[in-house]
Amino acid sequence: MTRYDDILGAIGDTPLVGLPSLSPKSSVRLWAKLEGNNPTGSTKDRIALAMVEAAEASGELTLEKTILEPTSGNTGISLAMVARRKGYRLTVVLPDNASQERLGLLRLFGADIVFSDGDKGTNGSIEVARALASDEKYFMPFQYGNPANPQAHEQGTGREIVADLPEVTHFVAGMGTGGTLTGAGRALHAHDPSIQIVAAEPELGDLVYGLRSLDEGFIPPIFDPSEVNRKFLVRSDDALRATRELTSKEGIFAGISSGAVIHVAQRIAAEVDDGNVVCLLADGGWKYLSIEAWAEDVETAEKKVSESLWW
Amino acid sequence: MPVQVKLPTILRKHAGGEPKVSAEGDTLRDVLGDLESKYPGITKNVLSEDGGLHRFINVYLNDEDVRYLGSLETEVGEGDTVSILPAVAGG
Repeated sequence: MTRYDDILGAIGDTPLVGLPSLSPKSSVRLWAKLEGNNPTGSTKDRIALAMVEAAEASGELTLEKTILEPTSGNTGISLAMVARRKGYRLTVVLPDNASQERLGLLRLFGADIVFSDGDKGTNGSIEVARALASDEKYFMPFQYGNPANPQAHEQGTGREIVADLPEVTHFVAGMGTGGTLTGAGRALHAHDPSIQIVAAEPELGDLVYGLRSLDEGFIPPIFDPSEVNRKFLVRSDDALRATRELTSKEGIFAGISSGAVIHVAQRIAAEVDDGNVVCLLADGGWKYLSIEAWAEDVETAEKKVSESLWW
Repeated sequence: MPVQVKLPTILRKHAGGEPKVSAEGDTLRDVLGDLESKYPGITKNVLSEDGGLHRFINVYLNDEDVRYLGSLETEVGEGDTVSILPAVAGG
């Protein structure tokens, strides 16, 4: 059934596609869950709807309130779509070095934008949003601390993977809020406790690590490290290389965090003799065109990507 | 075992601005101890009061987060790279 009452019904139930050209050996199959197929082009549509619906049910969110959220882009865009459909106002706190496509999409969906210091990345936008949120006119879903986030991934993302590929042995996803790893991790471990949940983390470089003190670090409250088995750091040039390989070898147009996930999946696949490795491709490649991720000259692409907030 | 340690921006001042330094040890704990003896004060915010890793610090051995390996007791080998980074979020 592919008919829904409105756009919100089309969120989730994304395709799981094989990656026959990217597996280092034939006994280890790589699979990609195409979250870019969601209505606004990213996996965040799931959590935006879940967080808004949870707040409506609890009474925390009513039409007089403005939704406020710190985001590096995708969650803001998803919330903007949900807000449009349901009639809410939305203010997004966004690092000022987010790509122009993110800004464009937020604006066309009618979101108001408050910029935070790009040097501080998402940590910075969280700081600014928290200060604003003390004003009662705002309702802040706070994806980093809202249980509806991992729940959406447990009941959606994880459940779908188990249904489509019960023989899954590994699941690789990016670590942003920790929602996908925690939620899908729970669903997958409930199905088979031996499944390895593997996190990919971006090494964003000095661009984002210019914190005044190490106490300015941040770990999302909803992240449950007990669901994660291994975690890997990925440099932007490795993430970019894998993103470009997704396109050139598999015909898949995905964002750069997807490349980071594929890079980690390839490292895991090289270590095991057999398995089915599911890679969560969080968004499509559209928002990374302006940073020339697919430039003919790889050095140009590497330079521009390394200077951007691609996570 | 001699290893390379990649320092986050915020700690480089302890090491004369160097982004990468060498250190010795058989485990990560030893390596951090060696770093501290070479650059006093450098591990003040990396280790917590109980001697474990500070909550907001991630340490990676050859790009793998050591909290999912043996944490500070993780053994290191010659030529390994240890990276220290503050915890950041995304989304």
